[in-house]
Amino acid sequence: MIDVTALTRTYGGLRAVDDVTFSAQPGRVTGFLGPNGAGKSTTMRVMVGLTPATSGSATVLGRKYADLPNPGREVGVLLDASAQHAGRTGRETLRVAARTMGLPMSRVDELLDLVSLTGTEAERRVKNYSLGMRQRLGIATALIGDPEVLILDEPANGLDPAGIRWMRDLLRGFANKGGTVLLSSHLLHEIEVIADDLVVIGQGRIVAQGTKAELLASAGTLVRSTAIEELAQALEQRGVTAVASGRDALRAEAEADLVGQVALAAGVPLTELRAADGAGLEEMFLELTADTSREGAAA
Amino acid sequence: MTATTVEDLDRAPARAARTAPAPIPFSRLMTVELVKMFNTRAGFWLIMSMAGTALIATASVILFAPDSAMTYDNFGAAIGVPMTLLLPVMAILSVTSEWSQRSGLTTFTLVPHRGRVIRAKMVVAIAIGAVSIGVALAIGALGNIVGSAIAGVDTVWDISANQITMLVLANVLNLLIGFMLGVLIRNSPGAIVGFVVYSFVLPTLSMVLGNFQQWWEDLRPWLDFNWAQGELYDGQLTSTQWAQLGTAGLIWLVVPLAVGLVMVMRSEVK
Ligand SMILES: Nc1ncnc2c1ncn2[C@@H]1O[C@H](COP(=O)(O)OP(=O)(O)OP(=O)(O)O)[C@@H](O)[C@H]1O
Ligand SMILES: [Mg+2]
Repeated sequence: MIDVTALTRTYGGLRAVDDVTFSAQPGRVTGFLGPNGAGKSTTMRVMVGLTPATSGSATVLGRKYADLPNPGREVGVLLDASAQHAGRTGRETLRVAARTMGLPMSRVDELLDLVSLTGTEAERRVKNYSLGMRQRLGIATALIGDPEVLILDEPANGLDPAGIRWMRDLLRGFANKGGTVLLSSHLLHEIEVIADDLVVIGQGRIVAQGTKAELLASAGTLVRSTAIEELAQALEQRGVTAVASGRDALRAEAEADLVGQVALAAGVPLTELRAADGAGLEEMFLELTADTSREGAAA
Repeated sequence: MTATTVEDLDRAPARAARTAPAPIPFSRLMTVELVKMFNTRAGFWLIMSMAGTALIATASVILFAPDSAMTYDNFGAAIGVPMTLLLPVMAILSVTSEWSQRSGLTTFTLVPHRGRVIRAKMVVAIAIGAVSIGVALAIGALGNIVGSAIAGVDTVWDISANQITMLVLANVLNLLIGFMLGVLIRNSPGAIVGFVVYSFVLPTLSMVLGNFQQWWEDLRPWLDFNWAQGELYDGQLTSTQWAQLGTAGLIWLVVPLAVGLVMVMRSEVK
């Protein structure tokens, strides 16, 4: 459980985080989405007390982070996988964390195993780690205390496809067991796959939040069929508004799930079924990205 | 958008309420900081070089010093010289690596009380300093016995217990200067350069200034920390000299350390 209330952090004239309010619930994965420089990392740093807030507050498990007696046992944090002592081996890095939390050293091997770092890799110094290996070590550090809350800043960075898949399953399992997960990303599609709830931030301000279902529903579903007339009729009967989108496609204001069920019930063959683009979340996100885009003119 | 999503949304939290873990005791923080000083490459070689230079210094006295110089005092002095640089560097790195290596991101999230972490580091640094000097004196004593035996002269024990106390104190003060610069500057190369300036450049400037300005020459014992520290190596301090050490130490060590600590508490760790 994470609660952020009216959080603001300024740097000189820049409002890096501007009156941000949201919460991340237990049992759910909350995606914190925003383009580069939107204020995701800053918000997360304030949450764990590394950056003082200008105003507003953040609590984890109902308490200020600094008031947690042994934070590592309750909150797993990964803010920057590269922020590890280069001259320490991976295993020593984990041992330091385990020791600080008062855990038995056997946890170190369990976690190395969990994140698939081999014995020889664990003996290497972090300086010689690849980005993906650092990320795995960072995830191990976050998980070693068996926390109930996870705060992860772009944890998929540098992971290979199998690693991304593995992490997705790990976070899903963590939430299913009642844990709270907050993870940030600047990639809509990455977060769409894993998150239950979304908080979208742009230029320090929250621009949208809600369950993924709500946010995507407002974007509508694009459905393509060879029997478009029948499908439109079936959707209408179910009370779903749908408008034509080209010759053989409809944009339905419902989730793909429902549209698929309607089509199945009506016995209509589909050639395509997906979240509609050019509307709702994706469009908003692209706009956000374009506004702050370093490529500027491209938008 | 996997097929399981809808069902997951409705799933009730299954995790049972847990009891809050016990707070982290200070003794554990000290253990952690002690381990952290040795388990990096830099830390390991720093400790090794302390032992190494102590042995080299002892061997040099035995090999090159005249028989008459085969005294404990000389062994101690030879070993003490590298210590005056290595101990402060160790103290500096114990603080600055959290920023320069960015490991502070983890350290200060696992222990969100920076003051406690810095205090643990300071206690550990002082303890390591005291032990190192003890070991160095023991190596020196061994050298003294071996050296005088080889030279065939009487073994001379010309360091009093009081001198040893002062020696330890001087080295701990020196180490604390490094620690203070680490806290104040929070950058490894910067703090080491700072230490060199503090220990070698400032005293020279002070001396030069004293040669030209009588007012500074008069105030120097009170304001020049290096000067005041120098008295420690001579063993006995008068109460005036203690007061001078205290005054200069307040200005050059305690105040900057306090300023550094305030900055550490307020700064962002990133
Ligand atoms: N110490 C600082 N001084 C000045 N500006 C800062 C500082 N730290 C962050 N900022 C600014 O705050 C804004 C938010 O940065 P932040 O790192 O939180 O973005 P982000 O959402 O994590 O982006 P990314 O996806 O690239 O990681 C940026 O404009 C950044 O330049
Ligand atoms: Mg970021």
